[in-house]
Amino acid sequence: MRQVFSILVNNHAGVLSHVSGLFARRGYNIESIAAGPTENPEATRIVIVAFGEEETLEQIAHQLRKLYDVLEVEQLQYNRSVTRELVLATVSADADKRTEVLQIANAFGANIVNITDNTVTLEASGNDHKTRILIKALERYGISNMARTGMIALPFDEMTDEWEPLA
Amino acid sequence: MELSGSQIVIEELKANGVEIAFGIPGGAIMPFYDEIMKSEFPHILTRHEQGATHMADGYARVSGKVAAVITTSGPGATNTITGLCNAQMDSSPIVAITGQVATPTIGTDAFQEADTYGCSIPVTKHNWLVKDVRELQGVVREAVRVATTGRPGPVVIDFPKDVQVAMTEYNPLEKTETALSAEPVFRIPEPDTKAIERLLEELERSEKPVIIAGAGIIKGGAAAELAEFARSAEIPVINTLLGMGGFPGSDPLFLGMPGMHGTAYANMALCECDLLINLGGRFDDRVTGKVAEFAPGATIVHVDIDAAELGKRVETDIPILADVRDVLALLNTQARKKDRQAWLGKVEAWKRDYPLQYDWDGSIKPQYVIEQIQEVSEGEGTYISGVGQHQMWAAQYLRFNEPNSWVSSGGLGTMGFGLPASIGAKVGRPDREVWLIDGDGSFSMSLVELATAATYNIPVKIAILNNNYLGMVRQWQELFFEKRYSHVHFPKSPDFAKIAEGYGVRGFDVKDVDQVRSTLEQAAEIDGPVVMNFHVNQEENVWPMVPSGAGNHEMQLGPQSTEKLT
Ligand SMILES: Cc1ncc(C[n+]2csc(CCOP(=O)(O)OP(=O)(O)O)c2C)c(N)n1
Repeated sequence: MRQVFSILVNNHAGVLSHVSGLFARRGYNIESIAAGPTENPEATRIVIVAFGEEETLEQIAHQLRKLYDVLEVEQLQYNRSVTRELVLATVSADADKRTEVLQIANAFGANIVNITDNTVTLEASGNDHKTRILIKALERYGISNMARTGMIALPFDEMTDEWEPLA
Repeated sequence: MELSGSQIVIEELKANGVEIAFGIPGGAIMPFYDEIMKSEFPHILTRHEQGATHMADGYARVSGKVAAVITTSGPGATNTITGLCNAQMDSSPIVAITGQVATPTIGTDAFQEADTYGCSIPVTKHNWLVKDVRELQGVVREAVRVATTGRPGPVVIDFPKDVQVAMTEYNPLEKTETALSAEPVFRIPEPDTKAIERLLEELERSEKPVIIAGAGIIKGGAAAELAEFARSAEIPVINTLLGMGGFPGSDPLFLGMPGMHGTAYANMALCECDLLINLGGRFDDRVTGKVAEFAPGATIVHVDIDAAELGKRVETDIPILADVRDVLALLNTQARKKDRQAWLGKVEAWKRDYPLQYDWDGSIKPQYVIEQIQEVSEGEGTYISGVGQHQMWAAQYLRFNEPNSWVSSGGLGTMGFGLPASIGAKVGRPDREVWLIDGDGSFSMSLVELATAATYNIPVKIAILNNNYLGMVRQWQELFFEKRYSHVHFPKSPDFAKIAEGYGVRGFDVKDVDQVRSTLEQAAEIDGPVVMNFHVNQEENVWPMVPSGAGNHEMQLGPQSTEKLT
């Protein structure tokens, strides 16, 4: 199963090594990791998307909570959180394909960052579901270069209308 | 008042209850060593940094106090890794202070630079690289606190050379002040009342309960509470390898050790019980055997201070995240007595019918040496072991009647732990006689610390059960690899008695079974370390045995008996 961990940590040197090392050492695979400042200057939020057996992921949450600099660990539920990711992709688009690519970009609310004679580079953000569909749509034209931030997320108290993640 | 980084560390170690250090100096830690000398901070110079870590570990396990380990950068620091990992696995506190190259040169592959911070992450509870002298006071206080509170464990402070001499303003603090903004971690919750109620209900229902008591009883200072509970509720008690001493070995309710080399009656009780209460043990794979077949008919209760242990290996019906002592205190006021004579009678019969046993054939049997050590020391000593067959025999045949009287490397199974841990244990509890039961293989891995024992005249009594083999591995090869003895034989075992004499330590070479007792008695009288090289039966095996990966009910009792337990 796939799980999103939202981990609030002290903003200390080395804390990312402690957190990511724990996943690696215990043989858990990380799909993405994103870290950044929060409203509290002394805390950083790390969002990790990981794959594993359910019990394994439960175990890792416990292990994370034992780390000295970890303040809070949440295993996010899709309908109780908002998740976003930023994707930058350069897509092959000769003159005859360019309109189609721009239409797709438009449909997904992506911004165009650059256009050359035979490529379009776009910037899209969205939840897991949206970015996957977009990438799949663009792959037909050929993606020559891509960078993704990895997922960031915020827990919500109320139900959100986020999609179930794709398997 | 302005102090140097080195002075601050000394002041803070003292202020936070660290009374002794074990270590070896070197280039990157020289300013700190200079201060150790000037301040006359008690320090034992070891011969290897791994030895220093095991000494601090042994010291902590018998005294409940924490010691410092001090090393230089690079090889000094990397030599501590095994000892830190050992302490981490067995929840033993150590504060290691490692020298580091000066901050401007960190990351340049400077002479004797090692990434101590990175190397020590997986083997410590927490670690720090201190780059600013103003952080030192808070870091040392936190280091001691983290090492000793909650589930204890080792910590590392990596201490660059320039920070050791940097000056800063220093104000002593009260012991309880933290000096760091970080919130206190490892808060221990009160026992959940609902869970306790469920446990009490299960207890009332249970006809066949059994307790597994782990090292948590000892670390949590709950031995008296456990004895009260087990005796008043009349529940048999199994001690894990590291839990030995948490319940009196002489008590009729005591069932010995569970699992791979556990007693037959402990494993039988586990297979048959209807309620299993694990108090501060971690369901190690050596205890459970095949998990699917572990305590098949039992409701399982697990009390632990570490949330990550609950449900980690064994599916638990009633997990209780709490201090075992708090839980036992509650049980002692609330549990009601119930008559379970049928169960106690059954357990008693198992004990009578399937005792630990070994044959006599005129050779020195290792089990016999251990029984004699028990008698000569009147069970009043601190007993330490290496790792291997002798460790299992020691756990089987010694009777521990007090907490902190048994020190052994359980989780990591570190050969070489014995001698340095014994030295640390003697320093930690000088009032108790220290007996080390070691293997020839294990002893060889750290015998250099005989020099430390000799230098400081630390009177540890060392019994080497010398079988000229890496015996435990040989046993597995005999049983599971059709006697293909691949690289386990030491045909030329050194003369350990002579080696001892070379270090200035009294040595005895014992080949005759009639000399075992008298040698031990002589050793007990000698005011100083003693090495006794007992040439024991070379192919003796540890029984009973549950083959690795099998269920505890598949235990084999020994060569004489083809009987299986089911
Ligand atoms: C550092 C280390 N290396 C290897 C092992 C694997 N090992 C476990 S027991 C054992 C044999 C121990 O031999 P010895 O100390 O002579 O004790 P015996 O089993 O003969 O009583 C070995 C090699 C280990 N536990 N630790």
